[in-house]
Amino acid sequence: MVRLWDLYAIFFKMGIFTFGGGYAMLPILKSEAVEKRKFLTEEELLNYYSIGQCTPGIIAVNAASFIGYKQRGFWGIIFATLGVISPSVIIILLMAALLRQYMDNLYVQWAFDGIRVSVIALIIDTVWGMWKKGVSQVRDYIVFGLAAALLLCFNLSAVVVVVLAAAGAFIPDIKSKKQ
Amino acid sequence: MIYVLLAYEFFKIGLFAVGGGLVTVPFLYDLTEQYDWFTAKELTDMIAVSQSTPGPTGINMATYAGYKAAGIAGGVWATLWLVAPSVIVVYLIAKILNKWSDNPNVLRVLGGIRPAVLALILFAGWDIAKESITNVQTVVLLVVLVVLMRFYKKSAIFYIVLSAVAGLIFRI
Repeated sequence: MVRLWDLYAIFFKMGIFTFGGGYAMLPILKSEAVEKRKFLTEEELLNYYSIGQCTPGIIAVNAASFIGYKQRGFWGIIFATLGVISPSVIIILLMAALLRQYMDNLYVQWAFDGIRVSVIALIIDTVWGMWKKGVSQVRDYIVFGLAAALLLCFNLSAVVVVVLAAAGAFIPDIKSKKQ
Repeated sequence: MIYVLLAYEFFKIGLFAVGGGLVTVPFLYDLTEQYDWFTAKELTDMIAVSQSTPGPTGINMATYAGYKAAGIAGGVWATLWLVAPSVIVVYLIAKILNKWSDNPNVLRVLGGIRPAVLALILFAGWDIAKESITNVQTVVLLVVLVVLMRFYKKSAIFYIVLSAVAGLIFRI
């Protein structure tokens, strides 16, 4: 069993390396929590994201909480959540004091220009890997295509997209020929 | 008194901000009209800092806003109240999910949602890309990184550090 402080430390590390929103955290969770620690499977991780999408709160915290619960129940949630938010709190409080100098530093800007590119690359790589495992039926392609179209054209909220997809889950199965 | 207000306002944001990244922004904007904790212009700075410092953006925003309103203790306080609804709701849902995790209909819905979640994740990446893939160098770096990730299964953290170094060397 994972010790609570280990859970805290693991999520602290993930908090440090998450740049951007909760989605940017997905690749980190995949490599640290799924591949390295085997806390959960990729499917479970995506399930947590699906639910975390529609429940109140920041997605990153929701995902961390689900994983914490799976490991150690209620206290797992508390320690995983505190782990994720600790680096933010520490770094932002330090930063707020010396904000201007930090933001105007050219080296910092260059490093972050690079990091932002890697966040996108990680997202592409993660979706690529999950696509191969999770998308197999004609229905899946339809749901993906419709969701992408709705997001691009109407900028629908994530909650609406997920609820529509849940309804679409009851379209009958047709295995695609690739299977 | 300010701590009571901060707790109330950030618990509310945590409860009603559903989704990722910048969903807290409209709520924080409302705060600028109700209180004199920070101005709308300061909020713009906060967004920039929150997105370019480690940590999930929503958490960074809450810490920053709380700090502006009531100093260091305010930053910690606001962040704890922001995550409180998540903790409570996830606890309740995780319990139910455990009980229902073998139910074929639940499995079917969760499986059916997955492609849509992949679309949501790609869309979030697209939003970031519009601001950060701005020239030939960044396109090349993106392609190189994606190819590297496919062929060398290193951890996400390895690639984040690598790209920071690339940014410094090539000054993209």
